[in-house]
Amino acid sequence: MTDMTLPFAPVEETGHGSYLDEGHTLVSWLATTDHKRIGILYALSITVFFFIAGIAIGLVRLELIEPNGMFLTNDAYDRLFTLHGILMVWFFLVPSIPATMGNFLLPLMIGARDVAFPRLNLISWYLFVFAGGFVAYMLISGGADTGWTFYPPFSTDYANGHVIAAAAGVFVAGFSSIATGVNFITTTHMLRAPGMTWFRLPLFVWAIYAVSLVMVLATPVLAMSLLLIIAERAFGLPVFDAARGGDPVLFQHLFWFYSHPAVYIMILPAMGVVSEVFACFARRQVFGYSFMVYALLAIAVIGFMVWGHHMFVAGQSQLATLVFSFLTFIVAVPSAIKVFNWTATLYQGQISFEAPMLYSLGFLGLFTIGGLTGLYLASGPIDIQVHDTYFVIAHFHYIMVGASVSAFMAGIHYWWPKVTGRMYHEFWAQFAAITMFLGFNMTFMPQFLMGWEGMMRRYHHYPPVFQIWHVFSSAGAAILAVAYLMPLVYLSWSLKAGARAGNNPWQATGLEWQTTSPPPKRNFTRQPPVSSAPYMYHETGQPRSSDDRRPIRPHGEAQ
Amino acid sequence: MNDLSRALQEPWPDLATQRTGVGVGIWVFLASEILFFSALFVIYAVYRNFNAQAFAAAAKHTELLYGTLNTGLLLTSSMTMTVALRAASAQLRRLTLACLVLTILLGLSFLLCKGLEYHDDLQKDLFPGAAFPLSSPPTQLFWMLYWIMTGIHAVHLCAGIAVVTAVAVLFWRQIVPVQGSTMEGVATYWHFVDSVWLVLYPLLYLVGRS
Repeated sequence: MTDMTLPFAPVEETGHGSYLDEGHTLVSWLATTDHKRIGILYALSITVFFFIAGIAIGLVRLELIEPNGMFLTNDAYDRLFTLHGILMVWFFLVPSIPATMGNFLLPLMIGARDVAFPRLNLISWYLFVFAGGFVAYMLISGGADTGWTFYPPFSTDYANGHVIAAAAGVFVAGFSSIATGVNFITTTHMLRAPGMTWFRLPLFVWAIYAVSLVMVLATPVLAMSLLLIIAERAFGLPVFDAARGGDPVLFQHLFWFYSHPAVYIMILPAMGVVSEVFACFARRQVFGYSFMVYALLAIAVIGFMVWGHHMFVAGQSQLATLVFSFLTFIVAVPSAIKVFNWTATLYQGQISFEAPMLYSLGFLGLFTIGGLTGLYLASGPIDIQVHDTYFVIAHFHYIMVGASVSAFMAGIHYWWPKVTGRMYHEFWAQFAAITMFLGFNMTFMPQFLMGWEGMMRRYHHYPPVFQIWHVFSSAGAAILAVAYLMPLVYLSWSLKAGARAGNNPWQATGLEWQTTSPPPKRNFTRQPPVSSAPYMYHETGQPRSSDDRRPIRPHGEAQ
Repeated sequence: MNDLSRALQEPWPDLATQRTGVGVGIWVFLASEILFFSALFVIYAVYRNFNAQAFAAAAKHTELLYGTLNTGLLLTSSMTMTVALRAASAQLRRLTLACLVLTILLGLSFLLCKGLEYHDDLQKDLFPGAAFPLSSPPTQLFWMLYWIMTGIHAVHLCAGIAVVTAVAVLFWRQIVPVQGSTMEGVATYWHFVDSVWLVLYPLLYLVGRS
């Protein structure tokens, strides 16, 4: 099967015969098993959830301008930030890069026709939409007020919102992400093109592979703990009921056994995206490719062993606190390796500042800040001081929004020409990238400061001394909102009016750039043999003058 | 020989690769399932460690007869499933279908037994709540685990019966020719559901009876 011919005609350059032309009806999209179309279905759905969650937190930020609130009741305030948390974590960030770009690009990057189980792939999207239905029900009927963490006994006994609907939605969404993970792992193992050895895989594929492992092994534990919350709330079973010998802290252990790795579900794919972008826009081979791979896997594995750092004040033993603290410092090592390697990739590169590169550079800075403040929080004494303050909020938003969403935007822009066949408007994209970076820092930098001084998270009313920081933060949020809305406009515009992209507008090396833009239904006209390592741009560390302008070598010979 | 090409699904190049691929997929999924049940096993371990006596007292009230009978039924169903897989690999259509039907029947009789047992348990008010007959509060923790563990296992078994039925219909109607590739995932899943029961049986029926 090394050179098998796929049974369809070669496509023309004009874009006829692309996956977008395989039917224009709604049914042709809703019943598709094409990984590229499913990726787009995911992209559209998570965009909806992103903006609902964004509106929720926009109202919260508006409310927080005044120390005693302006227009929300305490209950409505709780429900809004809960909605924001649940939607952003499980309905935007977790599926963001894997289910959209992972779906679209993983088979393209390894030279496959599709993912291993195309129908399962479609089912996973329907599960996701079904889960969204639960959350829509929760939203319409009044929301839940537990925060995204569902801690008992509040969630089981005292909360008066629709906790069961929320938990059921997250439960079902979990199975969607397990299905996606199973699909990606099997695809990477079984469907690589001839010559595509493990250490020739692009780092994005490695990142998706690592994140799939985490999804498959962590999500079921969350599913079970939410099921138990539902069982306790609906049937009165004493799962975490202290009055009958149960242990509410046990829930926290189970919850964070998933939810800490979930942070890596959000950041690992982002690391994959920026690795591609840095190499392409610095015209340099990724520095320390194999270390990048091992670092991804190390983060995925060690990420499973650090959940206790969320529970330093939950009555955990001091020994456990010490061990979890130590392991959390350990997980910083592979993360640091990656940051240094990206920096070394950029070193003496021929850097150009197209929008994907701007977003990725933003990622690098924000991830570093988020990561380093994570080390503050990993050490017991400081964590006990700033536990449940805005310092924690700022820290994880630097990782989950600053880093992950930047990388998500980088990926959207980088692969936009491949997905749609059109170029986006470069100036507006650069403008949006810079606005987003500034707006983000203006929103969350003040939160570090007020958190350090004792502003607690989830509080509706606060002492007036913090008002100045809250006003800064809310103003930043408004800028951030503009930065998020801009791409919606110019990207939609580019669908009709953007310039034709051509197959490889960035002169990038990956296999996905060697098929047409947009790709044909089955990705390649023939199975592409792969004969070299990825990123055959110019060598790292070479000064610009010594470049002999020889053409870069593509990753494979796809057509 | 049948024409096996109808058993080949996108995007696999050939049946052998497809079978390996399905194997990889199902085992990765089972890894996920193991973690799903592990959360319950961890809770069991923690609570039993804190309340050993209450667990021993509570476990004496489970129906050993039903539990043991059900263990026998499921083990037998695993055997018929193994025969079905081997028969399908050798493309023996009638034997495959017979074994699949037997497997389904054994699974259904497990559910029937389980239903009778649930009925008896409820007669004795063994559902945690106000009317719970045992005095020590942590005994309710054991029974909470009993209901959740066996309930989730039963849901898994129902899913198993559904997919085995689906495969049997595909083979019966000759929509898919009888061969091993289609069976690989179903059989592995079925054995997994049985294996979970092999852990539940001692945890729920044997603990505290020594």
